[in-house]
Amino acid sequence: MNIHEYQSKEILKGYGVTIQEGIVADTPEAAAAAAKELNAKTGTEWYVVKAQIHAGGRGKGTVNETGSHGVVLAKSLDEVPAKAKDILNGTLVTHQTGPEGKTVNKVLIAQDVYYPGESDPKEFYLSILLDRAKGCNVIMASTEGGMDIETVAENTPEKIIKEWIDPAVGLQGFQARKVAFALGLEGEAFKGMVKFIFSLYKAYLGTDSSMFEINPVLKTSDNKILAVDAKVDLDDNALFRHKDLAELRDLSEEDPAEVEAAQSGLNYVKLDGNVGCMVNGAGLAMATMDIIKLSGGEPANFLDVGGSANAQTVEAGFRIIMKDPNVKAILINIFGGIVRCDRVANGVVEAYKNIGEINIPIIVRLQGTNAEEGAKIIEESGLKVYSAIVLKDAAAKVKELI
Amino acid sequence: MSVLVNKDSKIIVQGFTGTEGTFHASQMIEYGSNVVGGVTPGKGGQTHLDRPVFNTVKDAVDQAGANVSIIFVPPAFAADAIMEAADAGIKVIITITEGIPVKDMITAKEYISGKDLTLIGPNCPGVITPGEAKVGIMPGFVFKTGRIGIVSKSGTLTYEAADQVVKAGLGISTAIGIGGDPIIGTSTKQAVEMLMNDPETDGIVMIGEIGGNYEAEAAQWIKAQGNPKPVVGFIAGQTAPKGKRMGHAGAIIGGADDTAEAKMKIMAECGLHVVNSPADIGETMAKAIG
Repeated sequence: MNIHEYQSKEILKGYGVTIQEGIVADTPEAAAAAAKELNAKTGTEWYVVKAQIHAGGRGKGTVNETGSHGVVLAKSLDEVPAKAKDILNGTLVTHQTGPEGKTVNKVLIAQDVYYPGESDPKEFYLSILLDRAKGCNVIMASTEGGMDIETVAENTPEKIIKEWIDPAVGLQGFQARKVAFALGLEGEAFKGMVKFIFSLYKAYLGTDSSMFEINPVLKTSDNKILAVDAKVDLDDNALFRHKDLAELRDLSEEDPAEVEAAQSGLNYVKLDGNVGCMVNGAGLAMATMDIIKLSGGEPANFLDVGGSANAQTVEAGFRIIMKDPNVKAILINIFGGIVRCDRVANGVVEAYKNIGEINIPIIVRLQGTNAEEGAKIIEESGLKVYSAIVLKDAAAKVKELI
Repeated sequence: MSVLVNKDSKIIVQGFTGTEGTFHASQMIEYGSNVVGGVTPGKGGQTHLDRPVFNTVKDAVDQAGANVSIIFVPPAFAADAIMEAADAGIKVIITITEGIPVKDMITAKEYISGKDLTLIGPNCPGVITPGEAKVGIMPGFVFKTGRIGIVSKSGTLTYEAADQVVKAGLGISTAIGIGGDPIIGTSTKQAVEMLMNDPETDGIVMIGEIGGNYEAEAAQWIKAQGNPKPVVGFIAGQTAPKGKRMGHAGAIIGGADDTAEAKMKIMAECGLHVVNSPADIGETMAKAIG
């Protein structure tokens, strides 16, 4: 589960991670008040207004309605409300949002941390994430702060430092020192970075996260180490033991159809194609999407109905898929093991009749337990439904219908 | 021979008396698997499905000679169940449970490392040696006896592959569902290696999906061995968008190397018979085996 920057920073602060301070606001007036409060708290006279959406690239991104960037600097208290107004409720398009962009409901008013001083401010990259191949967590750091780590990995892989954490003993002091030295730090800044890494790792474990990305981490001109941005990805499977974190979920950041599907126990991801699909099992669902593509169509969605493909789940699935106006045909692909095909077929017929108007062709491919009986029920239903047993035939039917 | 489980396996079910455990244990017994009992803490001494219930895995090992365990306990307690089985000396631990926190699995995997045992899963359909033992949740009738091994990250896609292999006139030696989570006990390469070393397996179907580097690792190992047996490979998720989780927690495209395209390219370069369409798995295997 992804959360917003302001939520991530709040969590990190609770674990002793030093952050760029900020206050969240959802109106220009609240933004002005936040700036005032921040001035009293930190003494900052410049303010950074940051759009809060679940996507990166905000600084370079543009708000459709006003032309403002997603992260802007206000050089006085007076500038804050107008700058916030240009971002709030606008549609921010970044390289990660897709062309449709995302609506900004909140802005974070943050202190300016790039002030001049005894040395130049310097940005770094720091993340903690799971290394699947090694089965343990890894700390990744780079001197190339503020850049896409993918770009750094491609062009200058030698600039990425990695420290794997032994699950038996946890993060050790020498590892944090290794990272801080490799980043070229010394003196106060070095000490600050070691402490920063330890606090960050504690927060990572404490929140059951699957990824932390702090980009950039800033060494200020007076040698403090601060998280200027924070991306926290929480492990969905561990949310049962973090009720407080589960509440941070922002449904407005998610596709409404995906949220509705989850409420019906379906696993749905919306895509851009023209052929909808409904499948039992995640692997088979992805394979079915691939079949649609190979048959000349484009998958309109991923939809895993799970182990129980009954009339209710099939009906819920139909309704969700048909909300997408691009869908020209639906392929249902169920491999009946424990669940019997004749029961799934009855479910399909029942769901079809319940919905009433279905104006697009539906291909039902049932294989496994009682496949023949299932096909017979579909064929005799008199509905505009095509039946198939072998996967190849289903693929051919998709091709024919598009 | 066959691998991991056979008619002599003494199987226990952890989470025996729960809904899932009860349902699938009775299916396994009906199939003919040698289920010698089960474990539910606090219910030791009772009888369930005509078999003894034990409080601990250790009791099941001592009193019933258990050497294979299948785990159905809920996600919050599943990693603990894996470690208990390992501590008691179980040799093959098959974890069906879906949704175990990553942190718990890191701990469990660390705990079992260096111990003489095999962990399959979690979040997998289990293992079946047709005609001998079904230790999982797959529909047994699909898997007819034969000489083709299957290694797969996915449940229903494994059944699909088995069905096609059978319809192509072949059969299954052992099918291993390794699971779709980011951290699993047995990698694709390790499972393929077992089947390569099995004299009763002539060919292997290897089914992967987007995410991770397991398939590439397996393909490179197969090539290094000189491709001793034909391997048909398929990767699900050619059409999956970047960064979106596709059902399985492990199925998310991160870097350029874990796309379906990149994996399939490596597999083809390593001499595997790569199919673009999942509908071609059975026929391709029949041709490859000659």
